[in-house]
Amino acid sequence: MSILKNVTIGQYYPGDSVVHRLDPRTKLVLSFAFIIVLFLVNGFLPYLWLAALVMVVAQIARVPLKIMLRGLSPLKFIIALTFLLHLFTTRGGTVLWQLGFLRIESNGLAQGAFLAFRLILLVVATSLLTLTTSPIALTDGLERILSPGARFGLPAHELAMMMTIALRFIPTLIEEADKIMRAQLARGADFESGGLIKRAKSLLPLLVPLFVSAFRRADELAMAMEARAYRGGKHRTRLKVLKYTAKDFWAYFLAALAFGIAYFLGRWV
Amino acid sequence: MSITIRNLSSVYNPGTPFEVRALDNINLSIGEGEFVGLIGPTGSGKSTLVQHFNGLIRPSQGEVVVDGRSLTDKATDLREVRQRVGLVFQYPEHQLFEETVFADVAFGPKNQGVPEAELKERVNEALTLVGLDPSAICDRSPFELSGGQMRRVAIAGILAMRPKVLVLDEPTAGLDPQGRDELLDQLQQLHSRAGMTVILVSHSMEDIARVATRLVVLHRGQIVADGSPRQVFTQAKMLMDVGLGVPQVTELMLALREKGYPVPEVALTVEEACAIILGLHRGGEGQ
Repeated sequence: MSILKNVTIGQYYPGDSVVHRLDPRTKLVLSFAFIIVLFLVNGFLPYLWLAALVMVVAQIARVPLKIMLRGLSPLKFIIALTFLLHLFTTRGGTVLWQLGFLRIESNGLAQGAFLAFRLILLVVATSLLTLTTSPIALTDGLERILSPGARFGLPAHELAMMMTIALRFIPTLIEEADKIMRAQLARGADFESGGLIKRAKSLLPLLVPLFVSAFRRADELAMAMEARAYRGGKHRTRLKVLKYTAKDFWAYFLAALAFGIAYFLGRWV
Repeated sequence: MSITIRNLSSVYNPGTPFEVRALDNINLSIGEGEFVGLIGPTGSGKSTLVQHFNGLIRPSQGEVVVDGRSLTDKATDLREVRQRVGLVFQYPEHQLFEETVFADVAFGPKNQGVPEAELKERVNEALTLVGLDPSAICDRSPFELSGGQMRRVAIAGILAMRPKVLVLDEPTAGLDPQGRDELLDQLQQLHSRAGMTVILVSHSMEDIARVATRLVVLHRGQIVADGSPRQVFTQAKMLMDVGLGVPQVTELMLALREKGYPVPEVALTVEEACAIILGLHRGGEGQ
């Protein structure tokens, strides 16, 4: 019984597909491009095309559909809310249903479904990125993409290092929280009953030790990094140098083609 | 107050590639007033086992019976069980959170519903038991204490609940030799004077040999030896094989026997070994 085991952040689904082996920069840039295209084009047809695209990439990456859709579950409330708000508030078209002041018109149904579709695609496509790219590769790629900004004072390496460390310590902190929770349960603590205020109060015995330990860990980590002469990004060499290969150029080419098709589908069909 | 464990198995992450069988068919019965040393190499399942004693982990198979009541039974009040089986976690000082030592030690009894008037008495008693002066320490912040003091305060937090059984998971880890000896002495006193059942988890043979009346050795989730320290330490080879070894004085006795000296196989403490060797020496002079 692990109380907090259900928390999944930065879920990486290990594999050895072409998608996994793409340069993280390629995947980052293309995911970003996908989001832009998603907001540029309108209409169900291009969206169906984009959805098919995501499915094909997932197939190639051999990520099961169930795991892909897992990323949606924390957002199902927001997606449902978006759908319902547009369903009831957007006016136009024929009246489909009416009850008192509540009225659904055909434009509302279309708009609600369309925006829910957009949100789902957004989440599924970006989770495809984190599912096929290990957190380390991701931050590595991000650092390289941001590194030209270093000339304008953008601390690219520091940002990437901070992200790496944060990602690295999420499981550690979850484990720690789990341990403290058990220790307080052993002292008769009650995390589950009572009203909102009582419950919030009952979290103190968990949160105070958790913060204390997070600060202690941060301190120790900083010390350990300094002991190994870490001085930031300048003059640091790396074990794995990111390198574009033929498959990355193919990925860019195919993606450009696919996004182009989506754009034209939106315009002329 | 007894704890009986029948056919207990515990599996982490069942049905996934990360499945780990932490405990495998454990049968164990701990009677009232025992001082049990639970020993095993890292990853042998010690910590998992002790969390079954008060229902923090539910068994995957088998059952745990505390005082005649099964913990798998839905009718059993786990909070009440947790009061009677006090569990001190590894590095218990990491769970301190209150502003004052008094408030932290009183956290457990407060959760039990002990009236305010009685709290002071409970806290004073618990702090005295772990060798701290209540009047000097009660109003201080637990975070400004030394590491050894913090650990005692955390243990007092469990003792203030007046448990019948005290389970401690590696209570001496990270303490200096003096702090370790003091803590072990206090545990021994809790056992002999207060009649508390104590279960001490450790991987230090030296610690356990000094205080325990019974030794249970765990290896890869199974009990591989169970008996008095003297009985268990005669199986020196098996203990070495599982990566534990025997106390250094027992090792010395074994080496002496190999050289042909007539010494017993096991000595538990340095004092005992000293007496044996001195006796041998005097005997030798006499001849």
